[in-house]
Amino acid sequence: MAEEMRLMKGNEAIAEAAIRAGCTAYFGYPITPQNELTAYMAKHMLDHQRTFIQAESEVSAINMVYGAAAAGARTMTSSSSPGVSLKQEGISYCCGADLPCVIVNVARSGPGLGGISPGQADYFQSTRGGGHGDYFHLVLAPKSVQEAADLTHEAFDLADQWRMPVMILADGLIGQMMEGVVLPENRELSSLPKKAWAAGGQADTHRPINHVSSINLVPAELEASVIERFKRYDRIKAQEVRYEEVNVDKAELILVGYGTSARVSLGALEMAKKLGIEVGLFRPISLWPFPEKRVAELAAMGKKFLAVEMSMGQMVEDVKLAANGKADVHFYGRCGGMIPTEEEVLAEIRRLLKK
Amino acid sequence: MELLYGHPKSLKPIQTKYCPGCGHGVIHRLIAEVIDELGVQERSIITNPVGCSIWADLYFDFDSVQPAHGRTPAAATGIKRVKPDHLVICYQGDGDLAAIGTAEIIHAANRGEKFTTIFVNNAIYGMTGGQMAPTTLIGQKATTAPYGRDALEAGMGYPIQVCELLATLGGTKYLARGSVNNAANVRKTKQYIKKAFEAQLRGEGFTMVEILSPCPTNWGMQPCEGQEWLEANMIPFYKLGEVKNTLAAGAGAEGGSK
Ligand SMILES: Cc1ncc(C[n+]2csc(CCOP(=O)(O)OP(=O)(O)O)c2C)c(N)n1
Ligand code: SF4
Ligand SMILES: [Mg+2]
Repeated sequence: MAEEMRLMKGNEAIAEAAIRAGCTAYFGYPITPQNELTAYMAKHMLDHQRTFIQAESEVSAINMVYGAAAAGARTMTSSSSPGVSLKQEGISYCCGADLPCVIVNVARSGPGLGGISPGQADYFQSTRGGGHGDYFHLVLAPKSVQEAADLTHEAFDLADQWRMPVMILADGLIGQMMEGVVLPENRELSSLPKKAWAAGGQADTHRPINHVSSINLVPAELEASVIERFKRYDRIKAQEVRYEEVNVDKAELILVGYGTSARVSLGALEMAKKLGIEVGLFRPISLWPFPEKRVAELAAMGKKFLAVEMSMGQMVEDVKLAANGKADVHFYGRCGGMIPTEEEVLAEIRRLLKK
Repeated sequence: MELLYGHPKSLKPIQTKYCPGCGHGVIHRLIAEVIDELGVQERSIITNPVGCSIWADLYFDFDSVQPAHGRTPAAATGIKRVKPDHLVICYQGDGDLAAIGTAEIIHAANRGEKFTTIFVNNAIYGMTGGQMAPTTLIGQKATTAPYGRDALEAGMGYPIQVCELLATLGGTKYLARGSVNNAANVRKTKQYIKKAFEAQLRGEGFTMVEILSPCPTNWGMQPCEGQEWLEANMIPFYKLGEVKNTLAAGAGAEGGSK
C-alpha cells in the first residue's frame, strides 16, 4: 500500500526513517537543534521494544553505538556540531574496526559553543575524517525533509554494505522545518543482512571466534589493512557519488551548494532566469565521496563556479581541487548562523557576470 | 574418569605476554574457569580494554570487542543491550575505569546495565609504563609522582575506592573486592566472579568485581615482593569482601547488604 504524504519536521522524519530502516539501537544526548530527533526516538524505539538510551555524553553515545554495531545491530546516534566533535574519537574507532553505523549531524554554527542557528561549517570535520588516523566515511547531505528521510533510510544499507559509518550532514534548518514527506518502507528485522563478523551469537553456528578491534601494533600489517580499506574507498568513489544538476548545460556560471545553501541557490537561479541570466546549479549530495569527476568535466567545458555555503568557505576547496586550476572558482558565504538570501546570491551572480 | 582439574576450555593454551608476577593472567584464568562452569563459552563477549589487558583477545577463546580507552562501559552497554542473553564482561584497568572513563562507569552502573565489570586495580598505569593512577596509594611512587603521591600539597588527590563510590548508586546490585595475592584470596575472588556472572545471567542489574592485582614491573619489584607489597599496603586501604550485595534472596552464601 502506498504511503500517504505527511507533514513532518526534518528531525522527526530522520528518526522515523531510521526506525523503518531497522535501527534497533539508538543512543543520543540532548543538543539543539536536533532535540526532536532524540525525543522521537525515546518514544518510538521504546514502543517498538528497541533500545533507546539517553547517554551521559556524546562520547558515551558514540561508544554505545560502537558496542551495538560490534554486536551486529543497525544503530544510530544523532547530535549537532559541538556534540559531533565529541564523537570524533568514536567515529575513528568505528572506521578502524570497520563498523557500520549512522551518525546524524544537524549542524549549527561554531566554533566553540557558537550558536544554535543553522551552519555548514562542519564540512571539513565531516569529509576529512574528523578524528585521528587515515580514514574517510560516507557523508550525505539532504536538502529537504523528504531527502533527509530517504537518505537516512538508505544510509543504513550503505553502512552495512561498505562496513563503515555513514554520516547524514543536515543543518538546523533541515532539522527544524516542516515539509511534506512520504516515508520510506518499513524493513522486517528478519530481512536485514546477517553479519558473520559480529560479536555474539557464536552458539548458533559454532563458527570460529570473532574479534572486533582496531588495534595492530605491527606496522607492516597495519599499513596493509589501511591500504586495503583505501581500496574499498576507491570502489565507493566509483559507485556512490551522488549529485543533482539544474540547467548546467546552458549556464556559463554554475552555483555549487549542498543542503540549505543549495535551496537558496536554486531560488537565486530562478530569479536570474527571470532577468535573462542563465546560471546552473550543481548540488553535491554525497559530500564524501565528493563528485569530483563531474566537477572536473564541467570545468573542462569552460564553466565558472560560484560555491555558496553557510561557512567561510570549506566545500569550495573541494570544488577547487576538482577543477584543478581549469576553471574560475568563486565563493559566497555567510556564517554564524546567518543564511545567505536569494537576493544576496543573485547580486553576487550579477557582479561576477557583469550583467 | 572424572576430570578434577585442567586447563579451562575458554582460555587458549598459550603463554601470555604479561610480565612475571602480573595479576592479569590469573584473573583471565578465573574468568575462563567460571565461564566453563556456567557452560556459556559460546555466548560470552569480553571487552579487551586499552591497558595491558588489551591482549585479552589473544587468550580468551570467545568473542571480544576492543573499545576506546575508558569507553569500555559504554561499549559494553551497547553490546549487552543488543545481546541480552549473552554474558558480557566489561574488563577494565584502573586508569581505564577510574580516570578517563569515570563518566562511563558511573552512568553504566547507575543505569543498572546488566553486564559484569571486572575491575583490575593494580594502583598504576601498567601499559604506559608506571604513571600514577587514580588508585595509586598515598606515598606510592610513580613516574608522574616521582616523590610519591601527595594528596594535598602537590594536589594529586586521594586514591579512589571504586566499590564504595559505586555502592551509593541504585543500579548497582553486587560489588565485591577480591585479590589475587595468595591462593585463599584467589579462590574467594573466583566465588565473587561466579556470583556476579550468575546474577548477570539472571538479569539482576549492575555487577562488578574489583580485583587487587600486582604489577611488579611498574612497582619496581620482584614478583614475590609484589605480592607482599600488595598485602601490606593495598589490602588495608582497599578492604576485601562484598561491599554491596542486594541480589535476589538465596543468590549466595555471603548475602545481605554490607
Ligand atoms: C585516549 C587515550 N589516551 C591515552 C592512551 C594511552 N594509554 C594506553 S594504556 C593507558 C593506561 C592503562 O592503565 P590501566 O587502565 O590502569 O591498565 P593496566 O595497563 O594498568 O592494566 C593509557 C593512558 C590511549 N591509548 N588512549
Ligand atoms: S606492566 Fe604490570 S600490568 Fe602490565 S603486564 Fe606487566 S605486570 Fe602486568
Ligand atoms: Mg592499572
